[in-house]
This record gives sequence, structure tokens and C-alpha cells, in this order.
Amino acid sequence: MAHLLEVEDLEVKFALRFGALTAIDGMSFTLDKREKLGIVGESGAGKSVTGFAIINLLSKPGYISGGRIIFEGRELNKLPDEEMRQLRGNRISMIFQDPMMTLNPVFTIGTQMVETLQAHRRIGKREAWDLAVEKLRKVYIPSPETRMHQYPFEMSGGMRQRIVIAIALLTDPSLIIADEPTTALDVTIQAGIMDLLQELCESEDMGLILITHDLAVVSQVTERIIVMYAGKIVETGPTEAIIHNQKHPYTKGLIASLPGVGEAGNRLNQIPGMMPTLTAIPEGCAFHPRCKMSEAVCQREQPKPMPVMDPGHFSACHFANSKEIVI
Amino acid sequence: MFAFIVRRIIEAIIVMLVISFIGFAVQHSIGDPIRDMVGLRVSVEDREALRDKLGLNDPFLTQYFRFVRNALHGDLGTSYFHNKPCTEVILSKAPATIELVIGSSIIILLFTFPVGVFSAIWPRHWFSRLTMGASTVGVAIPVFLTAIALIYVFGVELNWLPSYGRGQTVNIGGWETGFLTVDGILHLILPSVSLSSIMLPLYIRLIRSEMMEVLETEYIKFAWAKGLDKKRIWLVHAFKNTLLPVITVFGVEIGILFAFTLLTETVFQWQGMGFMFLEAVERSDTALLVAYMMVVGGMFVFINTVVDITYGFVNPMVRIAGAK
Amino acid sequence: MNTLERFRRSYFFYSFKRDKTALVSFSIFAFLVLVSLLAPVIAPHDPYDTSTIDILDAEIPPSWMDGGEDRFWLGTDIQGRDLYSTMLYGLRTSVAIGLGAVIFQALLGIAVGLTAGYMGGKTDSFLMRIADIQFSIPYLIVAIIASAVFQLAFGVARFAEMAMPLLIVIIGISEWPKYARTVRASVLGERKKEYVEAARVIGLNRWRIMIRHILPNTLTPVLVISTIQVAQAVMSEAALSFLGLGMPITKPSLGSLIKAGFEYVFSGSWWITFFPGLLLVVFTLVVILFGDWLRDVLNPKLYKG
Repeated sequence: MAHLLEVEDLEVKFALRFGALTAIDGMSFTLDKREKLGIVGESGAGKSVTGFAIINLLSKPGYISGGRIIFEGRELNKLPDEEMRQLRGNRISMIFQDPMMTLNPVFTIGTQMVETLQAHRRIGKREAWDLAVEKLRKVYIPSPETRMHQYPFEMSGGMRQRIVIAIALLTDPSLIIADEPTTALDVTIQAGIMDLLQELCESEDMGLILITHDLAVVSQVTERIIVMYAGKIVETGPTEAIIHNQKHPYTKGLIASLPGVGEAGNRLNQIPGMMPTLTAIPEGCAFHPRCKMSEAVCQREQPKPMPVMDPGHFSACHFANSKEIVI
Repeated sequence: MFAFIVRRIIEAIIVMLVISFIGFAVQHSIGDPIRDMVGLRVSVEDREALRDKLGLNDPFLTQYFRFVRNALHGDLGTSYFHNKPCTEVILSKAPATIELVIGSSIIILLFTFPVGVFSAIWPRHWFSRLTMGASTVGVAIPVFLTAIALIYVFGVELNWLPSYGRGQTVNIGGWETGFLTVDGILHLILPSVSLSSIMLPLYIRLIRSEMMEVLETEYIKFAWAKGLDKKRIWLVHAFKNTLLPVITVFGVEIGILFAFTLLTETVFQWQGMGFMFLEAVERSDTALLVAYMMVVGGMFVFINTVVDITYGFVNPMVRIAGAK
Repeated sequence: MNTLERFRRSYFFYSFKRDKTALVSFSIFAFLVLVSLLAPVIAPHDPYDTSTIDILDAEIPPSWMDGGEDRFWLGTDIQGRDLYSTMLYGLRTSVAIGLGAVIFQALLGIAVGLTAGYMGGKTDSFLMRIADIQFSIPYLIVAIIASAVFQLAFGVARFAEMAMPLLIVIIGISEWPKYARTVRASVLGERKKEYVEAARVIGLNRWRIMIRHILPNTLTPVLVISTIQVAQAVMSEAALSFLGLGMPITKPSLGSLIKAGFEYVFSGSWWITFFPGLLLVVFTLVVILFGDWLRDVLNPKLYKG
């Protein structure tokens, strides 16, 4: 069966005055209809860039320097601008982090929703309006008709994010990319938003890519997880496996550093050092300077993701299958 | 919204009272209406009698209230030189200045928005660079120099456009307008262009930088992600957000524009209020000077109030938050 | 390290050296100020010395043109004064008034802004009301009306005598609200910071806290607006002089020179207006450019190190 989305060896670079920096270095993954995939990593690992690359909305000086992105059978990065525009917000919708910044402060909700519909299909204002109200209902917004006439600043953060999700749903997309959708919201609201997203993916038959640094959120919602580090995939596999049976020292370190994982009273686990900036990516395995397991080969050769025990589980570590993962 | 408007109007009234007080104080201490009215041969006793009769020996505050009361009835004193009520003199000269400001405003609006928006969207284009460079230099050139230069090039050397006076005007119900005749319009061109030259660099840069800032915002990125057409993103989403700060500035700047009409009118011998003011200074016509001060002060208070209220309409946040 | 050492190693100086516009504009600015200071020494003729001026020398074109003479490099004006020398003295006057007015504005504005910002409450409302009222009227109109009033009050002759200090006061009064607002905004921000709290806890009195502790932290924005204000003050003086409300023709500034030359543009003696005009534009331009650079470099948002 053909995948909804196929990303093959994606490479994204930033063209700067003194040379090009590689933000994403050969990333490959697939996504099927109704599948929920999480992309996790620290800030700067390349997660958001992936999302923007898929819909070809990289801000200069970023550009796609290699690889293919195939969505519903079409190669996205080769599409002319106008066709790409027709896909964006239509077949693929994106949700950003801070709903206060995402919605235009000087237009009403109604205007912002209706224009999205009218941008993608021939539909009258009345009809578009009704459709928008329907979607607001779907995201459980009370009194949707009133909301349509309101401005973003008149609502709470959680409600705004629901509206953003409603906008994303307007055109019945096949894929939603959610870039840190709950980071700017209160913890108490987060759960509600995540539940909503999960429910909608089921009921609307959509694929979901959830980009976040929050492991707790990703473990509850997704079926598969990709872990990124310095622009590369270091481990990918079913959520269960990533959370409980890590096969890469970075992932293990990440899970171990979550509060609540260790015993009460103990110090928090930390991975020593910091993720390298784009200008200073080490030779060989990008993680080796911080890794307790590193040996000579790690400094020379960049590991490629290789399959480990569980089905669909891959790790980019030279010792994924041979040694026990130690942090 | 209503509460907001009322508050602004009350503030405006307070400011006007302050201005009238200062104006009156000036007139009281400098002007000598007796001397203005009467020749040198009148004796001292007769002058004193006249002073009493006109109430000029009354306490300061009494005279002040009289002044304000007269002002509210439209009586701003009598011009010594023109020998007519100041109000009449000012009203006869006002159309000239107002048309000059209108002419310049039209030029500014027509020119700066397209250029500013263009250079925000395509900053590296040669046209953008050219206008930005010209703007930077333009700020340093005083309006009268521009005026003189324009007169020299278009008036003296090329002889295409007239360089002084208003030309042929048509009187519509007391308003002498230059817009209805070709000659009048020709005379308007050089002065309007000169006057607009002060504002052009400022506005182009303002619009450009506001637009560029807006183009970097999250909501514009979201608009792209929604797949909206780029024209809509630029001209509707980005533009409306750029408009707000620009409107505020425009309201304030219209005042500066008016201030600079003084300089422009001098160069072009344009018979407007500014020119009248300078003549009043030369002729020690205190009454007219103070009258001018009141009218101009009042005008600015009015403009600022209108701008604030308009901004309240355009920016929903101010409107709704201000009423609470 | 002493202050000079610290300055030479600072980021400020480093970015100054690297930015061509900053270097060039500051050099020209410094050059012009120097020249204006040295005017009495450099100028070949003394435009104030009426014995050296011959009306028959009037309206001689620049030396490289027909009819020009070598002893008058840029020609002469309508009274027979050497234009070059007069321009130098004019620049001197303009610069002096510009700097003087800005110092006046700054002192007044800082005092008001500091007091309003720190004291808060009724003092703040009152002071800021005054500033707002004046702010609603364009600075140029304030200056023009003030000047007109002074001229009427003192009479043309006395006004001409006191022109320079009067202009400094007039232009100073027209723009102090800007400084007051800027400083007040800074003070409001600083007031919340911990070092103020700490100073209060130690028991320092209000004035000491205001002046010794808060004031230095508000000076960066003051510096930034000051350069633009100098340019604006010089232009205001030129405008006032052009209108006849500024420096008299006997003690010329660049503005009054331009005015004097204006009538003669039509009869062909363009240089009388052109050269002073050019000098004025160049001076204003370099101050503005330097001010722009200064603002960018001192902008805390960009200065992330």
C-alpha cells in the first residue's frame, strides 16, 4: 500500500555568507493514513525544519538541497509554486506553537476561517461561514457563532489553539503537521488539546506528525517516534519501544533525564555537554563527544540507522545490536 | 467606545484652555492696542480714558475671560495692519494653506505606499535600493532648499512651471480654490512637491520597515501555511497590520506638514496663513499673531483628537480595551 | 584597565571601526566641527569686519568661473563678503546653536523625565500632561511662534543682539518633551529592578538614588536620540533664520545665508544659496548617518554578543 507521505534522504541547508550549514542531513521516514508519528529532539535538532521542509515553506536562507518528499504520490519539492500553494492548508495543514502569534490580531476568527476555505475552493461566503461554524463545533468550542465575530485577543490560549486546529481541519486535509502545539499552553490545557488531536485523527482519517521536545506528550499520543539529534535521525521505532527499550545512548539519556523516571530523592540524570550547533558538528557520530560508549570507530564513521530487535525499530549507533546501551 | 470618545474630547478642551491662556498672556503683555488704534498725537490722558473705556485696566483674569468668551464667538481681535477682524483675515488666507496641504498629502499617499510596500517585499531590487538611498539623503535636505532647487530647475531654467503665487483661483462661496483651473493647478505643483519632500523619505522608510517587520510575524507565516494567495497575504494581511502604526504617524505628521507650509509659502510667495503670519511679525501685528496661535493650536488639538479616535476604530484592541 | 583602554577594546569601538558608514560620517562630522571651531584662524577674510568689505565686490562668482577672482574662492555674497569665510563662520554659528540647544533640551528633559518617572503619582501625571500638551504641537511651530513672540517683545534690534542665546533657548524649549518622555520610559523600566530596591533598603535618599543610580542607566537612549536631535536643531535654526526669525544677516548662520541668496537665484547668482545649502545638507547628513549607526549599535536587542 502506498504511504501517505514518504521522505527519502531529505537534506536541508542554510546558505550563509561563509558557507552552507546542514540543518537536516539525510532523513528518511514514512507516514501512513491515520498514523500518528512523533518527531522529538532538543531545540535546534532540526524538527521544525522538517515540518517546514515538507510544505516547502523554509524561510531564507534555508533550502532543500537533496532528497525527495512524496505526498499522495506527488513529489513535493519539485512542484511549481502555484501547485504547492494549492496543497498547503488544503491537503496538508500545519499548526504552529503559539496561537496568539498564529492568528492575525486585526481580523475576526470568521474572516480568517472563511478566507482559508475560499482560497482553496469555489465556495460562497455564507456556505464557508456555515462550514467554519461546523468545524468550531468539532473542536468543542462553545457558542461557535459568537466566536466567529470575535478577535483572537478576546479568547484564552486553549480556545485559540482549538480554533487554529479548526482552521487546519477546514479543508479536510490528509495530513496535519503540528509543531509544538501545546508548548505555549498551560499544562492543564495541554491534555485536552492532545486528546482532541488524537480523536480527530481517528474520526477524520488524517495522518499526524507531532513535532515536540516534550516526551511525555509524545508518548501518550503517537504510535511511532523519530528521535533527532543534530539534524539526523538517531533512533526511530514504535512508541512503546522508544520509551521502554531504547537502543541508542542519546535516546536512553533523554528518557532517563525525565523527572519522575528515577527514584524520588535522587539527582536528575543529565547528559553531559550540549548538542552541537550547526557550525560545529563533530566528525563521525555527532553524539560521540557526549557518549559514554564511544570508541574509535565513532569518531571516524557516521553510523547509519540499522534495524534492531523489535519490528520497525532502527538505531543509528554502531553498537545498537552488539552492546548494551549505557549512559 | 463612547466613553473613550468623551474622554478624548474632554482632554482636548483642557488643552485648548491652556493654549488660550498662553495666547492671552502674550497679547496682554506685548501688544498695545491703544497705540495700534490711535495716532501719536493723542494725549496721554485721552489714551488712559480710552484704556478704561475698553476695559484694558481691568484685572488680568477678567480680561482673560472676556478674551475666551470673544474667542468662542469667533472674535479673535482686530488685525492692526489689515484693519479687519483677525478671524476674517485668517479665514481668507486659510484656503490657500489647506489646499497646499491637500496637494502634498495626495502626492505623499500616492507615492509612498506603493514604493514602501514594494521595497519591503523585494528589498534587494535596484529600485528599492535607489529609493532607500534617496530617502536617507532626503531627510537631510531642508524643505526650503528643495523648493529653491525646484524653482531653479523647473521655473528658471526649464520654465515649465510657475514659481510664485497661486495663479488663477475660483471663488466658491468664499473659498478661493486653485483646484478648478489649469493655471491654479499648475501653480500648486511645485509648492506641493516641495512640501511633500519632507515627508516622503520618512514615510517610505516607515512603511517599509513596518511592512518588513509584519512579514516576519508568525501569523503571516501561518497565512502562507494556509495556502493563501500571495497577493492576499501581502495586500490584505500584511498591509492592514502595517496601516495601523502608519496612521498614527500620519496624524502627527500632518501637523509637521502644516508647520512646514510656513517655509514653503515664503519661498513661493504663496498667500496662505503662514505667509500672513510672517508678515504679521514683520509689522508687529500682535493681535493677528495671537489669533494665528489660537487657530493653529486649536487645529492641532483637533487633528490629534480625530486621529486618536480613528485609531480606536481601526484597531479593535484599543477600542475594546479602552471602553472597559 | 583605564577608561581609554576599555574603550579601545570595547565592542562599541570594534564595530565602529568595521562599519564604513560610521567611520566616514563621523570623520566628516569631526572635520566640520573642527573647521568651524577654527574658523577665525582658517578663514581668509573676516566677514564681521566691516572695514574689509567692499560693496563693489558683491556678487562675484566662484573663482573657477568667468568673472571669478582668486581671492574669493567660492565667490562673494550680496554685500561683498567672501562666501567661503562667511560660510565657515556660519557653520560655526549653526553648530554652536545646534549643540547648545540640544544640551538645553537634554538637561531640561532629563530633569523632568527623571523626576516624573521616579516620583510617579501626581507629579508624574502633571509633568507628563505638560509634555503631552506641548508634544501635540509640532516643534517647529512652537519654535516659530516663540521666536516671533520674542522678536515682538524685544524689538528687532535687541533680538538680533541676543539672537544666539535666544535661539538656543527657543529651540531647547521646543523639543524637551522628547527627552522627558524617553528618560521617563527608561526610569519606569529601571525602577522595577532590584538594584533600586537594594538602594532603598540601604536607606539612600530619593535624589541620590535617582541621580547616582538610575540616571546612568537611562543615558543610552538619551545618547541615541541626541545625535538626531543635533541634526534637527541645526535644521530648525536654519529654518528659523531662513524665515527671518533667527540669526540676523550681520551675524550669519547657514540658514540666513541661504535666505539672503535666495532672491539672487533668479538673477543668476546661484552660488550664494548653493554652497551654504550644500554645506548644511552635508553636515546634517553626516550627523544623521552617524546617529543611525549609533542607534543600531546601542540597541539592546541586537547587542546579544
